[in-house]
Amino acid sequence: MADRPMISIENVSRYYGVYKALDDVSLQIGEGEFFSLLGPSGCGKTTLLRSIAGFDVPTSGEIRIDGVASTLLPANRRPTNMVFQNYAIFPHLDVGENVAYGLKRLRLDATEERRRVSDALDQVRLTGLDRRKADELSGGQRQRVALARALVMRPKVLLLDEPLSALDKKLREQMQVELRSLQQAVGITFILVTHDQYEALALSDRIAVMFGGRIAQVATPKEIYQHPRTRKVADFLGGMNFLRARLLADRKGDVSVDAAQFGTVNLAKPAGFTASDGHVTVGIRPERLRLLWDDERAPHELTGRVENRAYFGEVTHLTIGVDGLEQPLSMIETNDYGADDLPVGAEIRLAYDPDAFVLLADDEMALRA
Amino acid sequence: MSTAAIVSAPEKPAPAKGIRWLHGEEARGLAMISPTLLYALALLLLPVLLVIAYSFWTQNYLDIDRTFTFENYRLALTEPIYRDLFVRSLWISLLTAAITVGFSYPIAWYISFHGGPHKNLWLFLVTIPCWTSYLLRVMSWKVILGYGGVLNTGLMATGIIEQPITSLLYNANAVVITLVHSWAAFAILPIYVSLQKIDRSLIEAARDLGDGAVRSFLRVTLPLSMPGVISAFLIVMIPTVGDYVTPKLVGGKDGVMIATAIQAQFGKSANWPLGAALSVTTMVLVSLAAAAVVLALRFAVRRIR
Ligand SMILES: Nc1ncnc2c1ncn2[C@@H]1O[C@H](COP(=O)(O)OP(=O)(O)OP(=O)(O)O)[C@@H](O)[C@H]1O
Ligand SMILES: [Mg+2]
Repeated sequence: MADRPMISIENVSRYYGVYKALDDVSLQIGEGEFFSLLGPSGCGKTTLLRSIAGFDVPTSGEIRIDGVASTLLPANRRPTNMVFQNYAIFPHLDVGENVAYGLKRLRLDATEERRRVSDALDQVRLTGLDRRKADELSGGQRQRVALARALVMRPKVLLLDEPLSALDKKLREQMQVELRSLQQAVGITFILVTHDQYEALALSDRIAVMFGGRIAQVATPKEIYQHPRTRKVADFLGGMNFLRARLLADRKGDVSVDAAQFGTVNLAKPAGFTASDGHVTVGIRPERLRLLWDDERAPHELTGRVENRAYFGEVTHLTIGVDGLEQPLSMIETNDYGADDLPVGAEIRLAYDPDAFVLLADDEMALRA
Repeated sequence: MSTAAIVSAPEKPAPAKGIRWLHGEEARGLAMISPTLLYALALLLLPVLLVIAYSFWTQNYLDIDRTFTFENYRLALTEPIYRDLFVRSLWISLLTAAITVGFSYPIAWYISFHGGPHKNLWLFLVTIPCWTSYLLRVMSWKVILGYGGVLNTGLMATGIIEQPITSLLYNANAVVITLVHSWAAFAILPIYVSLQKIDRSLIEAARDLGDGAVRSFLRVTLPLSMPGVISAFLIVMIPTVGDYVTPKLVGGKDGVMIATAIQAQFGKSANWPLGAALSVTTMVLVSLAAAAVVLALRFAVRRIR
């Protein structure tokens, strides 16, 4: 991140009556960063994005954009532009007029304006569609018009509220790639709101995961996937096998736990972590468990039986019951060796790596105490 | 799907063409509207056709000479008294429509954008004046605008004027004031509906792209509410051209409109063909004026960029 953040959010709260849509949110977003706000429906992502855009005024707290105190600045005076969830294409204007909408105020001469509009349309691969009406566009095209209309203003920050959620899966994946390369081409800060964890992981430099108006964790995609700080964050970003483990030793930087059938496991301890009652939650991702075939051996093994099997094409999801574990384990296996043909009830052996376990706080409070 | 499945699919016999038509959407639609359609044909189209026919005939004392003639139209268009009445009627109706729309738009806008959870209550309150009879409402303006009326005595009591203003009643102004009041509710509703239909995120998008409140209104809200403005304008303008009661009651000599002349031809003067020609001319003129207004409004809005 640059020395001075592009966006700086300090202790922002937003109340609707007594309901806290945003609860003491603090966040710094760097220049040129692709930042995602990720969280379930109703967690306050849109509210936060709208207060950055200037459509919503926080009840308390400060927002600075590029060093300027902006909390009370109206939307038209902020160096931000927004791609709305429903795209908000002006229906009474054609594509060219939509893209040129914000330029009119700058009073450019006609050729310069036309050049910037056609550059913006080229950028989103809509070359030559200027005369189309808004209702003659497909969903993907409308989305590109919304992008071009915002980018043509050369904002310092582009705000995107679930821009891909209305598109079908194939188009969404294609637009994700385009969005990422567009951001790299223009080099400005993008703030993306999404509830799709894969989208956030694939696109972002950093992700903020939100629950109930609070930020649970801010980190790079890899960090947040591999080292989620709380149980909720781990659960929201893909599958996770949770285990209640007895605390054996609580040292300065790490802990030892007795993880039932997995034996004694050493885990790094996140800052501020405290165990309340001698038990902690640990987790391991399903893809970190591996089936052992025939007489293959591994340093750490477990035996169990197949309780359920779901075929996903390139992978198979298995549910494995293990004696002595409260919950069955879920695992993801490629189909190279025939995991897709394993009958339910089959006895299997699986390998795990004790280093793949993460220590998880049960809630925010366990981290703050 | 396997071929076997296709082969074994039961074959439906194609229904005969006539029968299919009877069961179609279209037939059902026609059946639904047919009572109204017949009613409209009998009570709207036939009388209009009759009026048009009359306008080409001649009154011959008690009976009608049915030879085709343009004489009535020549009279209607060249006689100065009728020309003045046409001009005044059109002018009053245009002015009334413009003022009504001008007053109604802010009200509709306020209810739509700032009505909060009580929008329906506001709309309900707007319709309350329509609950009393039209005649009563016009009469009450006489009480307000008259020589010793509410307005004059009020202004004199506060010392703003010393003599009663005589130019309030019995002229074209009084007609316009009264008509604006009578028609406001009918203008507010269509404008309100078209404002309600505007996606609020479009206005936010305009703000986001740099427009202040006024510019986003002119560039987004106003053009998108134009269908409502146009229908409000027409709803007010078209019926007021032919209004009879208001000019009669508050218009005095200077507020006479074309309907009074038409009424005279069908009544006292008993010259139905001339009355018919005046009516048809009014209809044509009002249609032309309406078309001109629609085009002008559309053009004006396209000019705002
Ligand atoms: N105008 C409002 N009045 C009252 N409550 C509101 C208002 N706007 C939002 N909320 C509440 O604030 C919370 C956060 O809303 P927000 O729109 O930010 O959620 P979100 O994370 O964007 O959800 P989604 O993914 O469904 O869009 C929600 O519980 C919502 O009900
Ligand atoms: Mg949202």
